[in-house]
Amino acid sequence: MALNIEDIKRIAHLARIEINEQEAASTLTKLSGILGLIEQMQAVNTEGIVPMSHSQDLAQRLREDVVTEVNQRETFQAIAPMTEHGLYLVPKVIE
Amino acid sequence: MINSSLINSSLTQLSQMLASKQISSVEMTQSFLVRIQQYNPTINAYIALDEEKTMAQAAAADARIAAGNAEPLTGIPFAQKDIFCAKGWKTTCGSKMLANFVAPYDAHVISQFDAAGAVNLGKTNMDEFAMGSSNETSYFGGVKNPWDFDRVPGGSSGGSAAAVAARLCAAATGTDTGGSIRQPASLCGFTGLKPTYGLVSRYGMIAFASSLDQAGPMAKSAEDCALMMNVMAGFDARDSTSLDRPKEDYTRGLNALSGDQPLKGLRIGLPKEYFAEGLDANVAKVVQDAIAEYRKLGAETVDISLPNSQLSIPVYYVLAPAEASSNLSRYDGVRYGHRAAEYDDLMDMYMKSRAEGFGAEVKRRILIGTYVLSAGYYDAYYLKAQQIRRLIAQDFTEAFKQCDIIMGPTAPSTAFKAGEKADDPVAMYLQDVYTIATNLAGLPGMSIPAGFATNSGDKALPVGLQIIGNYFDEARMLDVAHAYQLTTDWHTQMPAGLE
Repeated sequence: MALNIEDIKRIAHLARIEINEQEAASTLTKLSGILGLIEQMQAVNTEGIVPMSHSQDLAQRLREDVVTEVNQRETFQAIAPMTEHGLYLVPKVIE
Repeated sequence: MINSSLINSSLTQLSQMLASKQISSVEMTQSFLVRIQQYNPTINAYIALDEEKTMAQAAAADARIAAGNAEPLTGIPFAQKDIFCAKGWKTTCGSKMLANFVAPYDAHVISQFDAAGAVNLGKTNMDEFAMGSSNETSYFGGVKNPWDFDRVPGGSSGGSAAAVAARLCAAATGTDTGGSIRQPASLCGFTGLKPTYGLVSRYGMIAFASSLDQAGPMAKSAEDCALMMNVMAGFDARDSTSLDRPKEDYTRGLNALSGDQPLKGLRIGLPKEYFAEGLDANVAKVVQDAIAEYRKLGAETVDISLPNSQLSIPVYYVLAPAEASSNLSRYDGVRYGHRAAEYDDLMDMYMKSRAEGFGAEVKRRILIGTYVLSAGYYDAYYLKAQQIRRLIAQDFTEAFKQCDIIMGPTAPSTAFKAGEKADDPVAMYLQDVYTIATNLAGLPGMSIPAGFATNSGDKALPVGLQIIGNYFDEARMLDVAHAYQLTTDWHTQMPAGLE
């Protein structure tokens, strides 16, 4: 699968990473190299093989539906880029 | 107190010195801090130091020792990879994105060391978000290999590696997603263990590829790694993939090794794929010599095959970036981490904050991951990679029917020069050609010093022997490594000029 510069810009937008023309061009070269490496997979017949997501193939554990976290709003907001009256501030999203 | 005996002592010896009041934890910790002040400006192994916090822990350890409540690691100073959240410590994961992040809580690994009374000397440098094999992607600069300052220490746990090799700590922690404990252990000449996936809790360990990430010890010897495993391993409900198993004593077999042939009956599998093209001839010789030593110790060797080995790297570079792109979507500049100074609207804030906060390699991996997970490509990439992952794991299952343990090289070469592969991601990825398969299979792997290789005109550089065990076979691997370390002295050697 050969990528082009428009693909790179589209992927970067999906990933929410701003990218300029120059970066897109160098990214295209490097990503194409990596995808070339990945392409080796396509030669393998994997029909009927169950995908493996974790080595131990465990079921997810369930826990009691109880509150385990205490309120640490001040601690957490102390490291936030921008807060006001205990709320996280972001640019206006509703007109 | 002679400094060189202190820095080359095993954890057990340090513990005995503390118990016998030969030295206090405050004095021992201070000695390491002095060395850090002396060498760290050059080596750049540590990226966060907090003398006040460190010395408070040392004083508390002394009180605990005086009260008679000491555990084996109480009062001993360790280095912690900067991927572990440690309350009140700057925890950056080697990224500009988290350059001002002060962790509000402790990772499970950190709380385990705290509960054992260990002292935290500081946080160590690493490739950004653990993505790299040379420590060159760190926002805080590269790390020098203590054996040759022109060369890289390996990565991603490069700071911990250099700290262990240069004796800037008693031992250190690392994490290994594709080889990040073992490859630096090989390049810097010490012992590192990546446990079975699920043995050490990932809680508070900043996520890269969650189905592969695993923390482990980086130390001077197998014996030291065993003592650290006793503290690090164990069930933790806060990690959904933590395994609920009975506690083990990883040191239990170390003293049972006896006689001229302590490993009689042990079958060592040698995968032909690990000795094929791509392996440096000098490295191959050192590894073969180490295997010959194992035969002297009574082990027999069996030729085995891991036929899907060559697919490990392609599979890894689908799965790891896919998981990373998802994990790193949390860095949005809202709740913590870097936020751009200027932006037009919410979308622009996300785009600029992430463009500024992440380095080039991290962006590449996010983009690869985003691509392979994007609509229409999932089956061809992610699903296909997960299917081949099973084939790779099955290769090991078959191999372990013929042998008890697998050996081979850890890395294809000795430490390479800084800058040599920095602009060629594919060449860099090949550093992990022998280590990635164990992460994909979830198996434990370790690297032990096996000797040195010298290419013409270069300094002698360490070579690691990789030992791969079956699931939960860490205790046996440590015994096998220990048997070798009882009859060889590669693991006791340290770089010249740092005494």
